[in-house]
Amino acid sequence: MKTGGRIVAKAYLWLILIVIYAPIAFIAVFSFTEAKSLGNWTGFTFNLYHSLFTGATSNSEALLVALKNTVVIALVASLISTVLGTLAAIGIYNLSGRKKKTIQFLNNIPMLNPDIITGVSLFLLFVFLHITKGYTTIILAHVTFCTPYVVLNVLPKLTQMNPNIYEAALDLGATPMQALRKVLVPLLRPGMISGFILAFTMSLDDFAVTYFTAGSSGIDTLSTFIYSDVRKGGLTPELKPMMTLIFLLVLVVLLVVNLRSFRKQKQLEI
Amino acid sequence: MGKRSAWALPYFIFLVLFVVLPLVLIGVYALTDADGRFTLANMGAFFTDPKIINSFLVSLEVALENTVICILVGYPVAYILADKSLNRSAVTAVLFILPMWINALMRTMATAEIFNVLGIGLGKGTLLFGMAYDYLPFMIYPIYNILDKMDKSYAEAAQDLGASPVKVFLKVTLPLSLPGVASGVMMVFMPTVSTFAVSEILTNNTIMLFGSVIQEQFNNLMWNQGAALSFIMLIIIGVTTLIPGNKNSETVEGGATV
Repeated sequence: MKTGGRIVAKAYLWLILIVIYAPIAFIAVFSFTEAKSLGNWTGFTFNLYHSLFTGATSNSEALLVALKNTVVIALVASLISTVLGTLAAIGIYNLSGRKKKTIQFLNNIPMLNPDIITGVSLFLLFVFLHITKGYTTIILAHVTFCTPYVVLNVLPKLTQMNPNIYEAALDLGATPMQALRKVLVPLLRPGMISGFILAFTMSLDDFAVTYFTAGSSGIDTLSTFIYSDVRKGGLTPELKPMMTLIFLLVLVVLLVVNLRSFRKQKQLEI
Repeated sequence: MGKRSAWALPYFIFLVLFVVLPLVLIGVYALTDADGRFTLANMGAFFTDPKIINSFLVSLEVALENTVICILVGYPVAYILADKSLNRSAVTAVLFILPMWINALMRTMATAEIFNVLGIGLGKGTLLFGMAYDYLPFMIYPIYNILDKMDKSYAEAAQDLGASPVKVFLKVTLPLSLPGVASGVMMVFMPTVSTFAVSEILTNNTIMLFGSVIQEQFNNLMWNQGAALSFIMLIIIGVTTLIPGNKNSETVEGGATV
């Protein structure tokens, strides 16, 4: 009975995983053929990989620019979010009462709002303030929805920390800057890193907010690039090898990181 | 101690400027016409324009069905992942969030293409499948988080006192995991209502969700009308999240850690 239940559970997990990964496998398989439409097999070839890297067609060149934009925007936005969010978390930790509640409530709003509301509201803000849409508006918008995740990842680290350590550093003659750099930041680093990774992921995956805050600036990220492809009725073929490579890269990184921490845990147990 | 509380000030100013003010602007644009004069016409269109109200009702229906599907499919996944006797590897849990690193629109295109290859016509069924596929991780993760951190001694105590496994689940584990389900519902329901692009791809433009209606109005430079529809969504979100108090903030927190 017990082992029967375990088999059913395992089978269920695998079934869901197969369904979840089917579209990605589909993209990967059809990245090795040259046909324009996704489900069309016209023989095995590396041609799409080749034209992706050489930027042979004008579309594949625009695609590489979109990829670069996506990564740059995600990096800049999540770095700003990490600094802003960490400082905010330290501040919130030291606040109390109504002030603390207010800022925590405001911090929750971007996470609760659907993307389209965040996008529309920021669109109206930039219209209202007469700010021309471009990199700055996209990055500011991304910082808006990324920072709450940093705050929520750093705050628990502060509550777990012994508050006397920071005071001790000050008593022993460290300047507040030194105490921040040498004491606080190392203690908060795990929360800052997971906050950064989460912010980076949210930024990479965003479509709606970028769509509304890029306006007619002509700046494309992967999401808006794919969307305009969809509207035109066909995907740029080089997207298939690009997505396949991104997926493999992330898979390898995640497996390495997780297996390593898994091994560390095992060693500690022994 | 007192001085360090000032470190929250830059973020507070940022929040006022980029969260509070924009939301106020939605209200302002919703209640004015193109010349900036007060009007209720934009809000009224929601109730009088059959196209808008229909799309809203369809969106609510799709969102409700999607949420139920995500709970029915996702809860067992979260339960199995969190049960150490069924799943000992942390990597399996990661496998469920990994697809989120591949662009959602790209995955949706591939899903639609698989349906084409299988000869399944695009419509309500494919829309629900694709939506569940997109939102499943947002349901699994908060439930997994709360089940994983749950004090196992409650379930063990119930078992020791003679409760059957089914009873232990229904009377102990399930009630304790409900906050996780609640934050999962929040992360699935309203986002589904406001989805655009994904629904266009999965139904070949035959079903228009509320998000598409809003987007279309902004595309047609009807900012005040689009703002009015966004304002209505905002009111619904406000009412549904403020009523249960701020109980969910903690599970959102749990769901936010990688």
